[in-house]
Amino acid sequence: MTHLLAVDIGWGWTLAIKTVVVLGLIPLGALILGYTFLLKMMSHMQSRLGPMDPGGFHGWFQLVGDGMKFLQKEDIMPEQADRRVFALAPAVVVISTFLIFVVVPTGPRLVVKDLDVGVFYALAVSSLSIIGVLMAGWASANKFALLGALRAAAQLIAYELPLLLAVVGVVVQAGTMNLNGIVTAQQGGAIFGWDGLGNPYILTQFVGFALFLVAAQAELTQTPFDMPVAESELVSGYMVEYTGFRFLFFFIGEFGTAFAFAALAATLFLGGWALPGVHGGTADLLGPLVLFVKLMAVAFLIFWVRFTYPRLREDQLQAMAWKYLIPIALANILVTGLFKVWL
Amino acid sequence: MTAVDPSAGDGGKKKSARRLPGQGLVEGLGVTLRTMFEGAVTVQYPHEKEEPPTRARGVIALKEENCTVCMLCARSCPDWCIYIEGHKEARPPRRAGGRERSVSVLDRFDIDFALCMYCGICVEVCPFDALFWSPEFEYSEGSIAKLLHDKRKLGDWMEVVPESEPLEVGAEIKAK
Repeated sequence: MTHLLAVDIGWGWTLAIKTVVVLGLIPLGALILGYTFLLKMMSHMQSRLGPMDPGGFHGWFQLVGDGMKFLQKEDIMPEQADRRVFALAPAVVVISTFLIFVVVPTGPRLVVKDLDVGVFYALAVSSLSIIGVLMAGWASANKFALLGALRAAAQLIAYELPLLLAVVGVVVQAGTMNLNGIVTAQQGGAIFGWDGLGNPYILTQFVGFALFLVAAQAELTQTPFDMPVAESELVSGYMVEYTGFRFLFFFIGEFGTAFAFAALAATLFLGGWALPGVHGGTADLLGPLVLFVKLMAVAFLIFWVRFTYPRLREDQLQAMAWKYLIPIALANILVTGLFKVWL
Repeated sequence: MTAVDPSAGDGGKKKSARRLPGQGLVEGLGVTLRTMFEGAVTVQYPHEKEEPPTRARGVIALKEENCTVCMLCARSCPDWCIYIEGHKEARPPRRAGGRERSVSVLDRFDIDFALCMYCGICVEVCPFDALFWSPEFEYSEGSIAKLLHDKRKLGDWMEVVPESEPLEVGAEIKAK
């Protein structure tokens, strides 16, 4: 970013700008996804219109209004709650979302921190949210919350594996764990010797892409894998005792993480910020837009599945991860490795 | 997306034998996607008004000239929300030298729509076709006391009462 401005503004200002960008991006992303998909796409898939009045144009202001409403609500804490843990839990969930965005590149140089172990780091911090969820469930002193939290823990641990293993195929093919390196490898790649389009890894790693989406769906606890928040069984799972601003944090966490995972999937499989034939400064300018379009396409898939399927049973969920997704992911790594060595 | 035959979902056993694993999942995605582009059925109420069905039970309207103050409606009302007051008046005889007639004149006919539960028994029970279901539904008030409507207001609602449908063939003969 500082390079783009072509002036050296010192590390303090750089840090401040980066912090503001990351802190602003997550709630904004959560708003965009929540409005586009939760309010509008779901409504139209159910022959409804969704909110139409707030803000004048198709109710675009609805979620902002909801957020303001949450700010005015009473902050209720159960009497038996573990007060400090209860208060801290939503923050842990949201912070894990913020941390993912640190490594997602939006241009050749537009990245908050270009870590060499970017993929590893992103998936590691994304699992931090499990701790926040467990803290929330435990501290609520509510059996539904605790059940939901334990379900969430079991589910997130089970689906962490296929998520990681699905990405390993991409890492093997790209030869780097650096997210910018992966994007560059896709941009510079060639399909059977034709390099007009680069080589987005969805073409070679389509199994990995499918696995990543299924596992991400479970990581985000979206339907059909929404047992932790199953409203008809557990009221609302680990969120049941939360009100007002803390509840808003969970909401931002849910949709912000969806935004982050969609950005990760777009970076790993769809070529990220790269557009064929765009390099250098232009890529820095166009990058965020290109990434956003690809990200929305991935998010569309995630939410399309979410609004179509009913919830699985708890044992079906576990069986799917351990019996199917993980073996397929391992086979995918094996095949990718063989191609890498012999081709 | 595969083309979805609407009958394929719960079709006969011949079709289910040829179904691929996961085909139902894909068809489900097709259903939601198609619905998304079909357009919503929502009527944006305050901006555009929905046409209520002709038999809508919106509000009870009164055709005053048909009322004979017989009180049948007030007595049949389960929650006593109808208030009727009347008096008798003498009218000149029909023929010269005849007896004076007495007719009932309606002074007050109020329905308290805060109490009314829209059962329609009064409409059913009225032998002189003085009460009707009107499709009008926009009569909410800021205060519960204002929901007591008098005969003038009930008469105004008569204007939107649709013409009653013609009787079925043979119904009139049976009634005789």
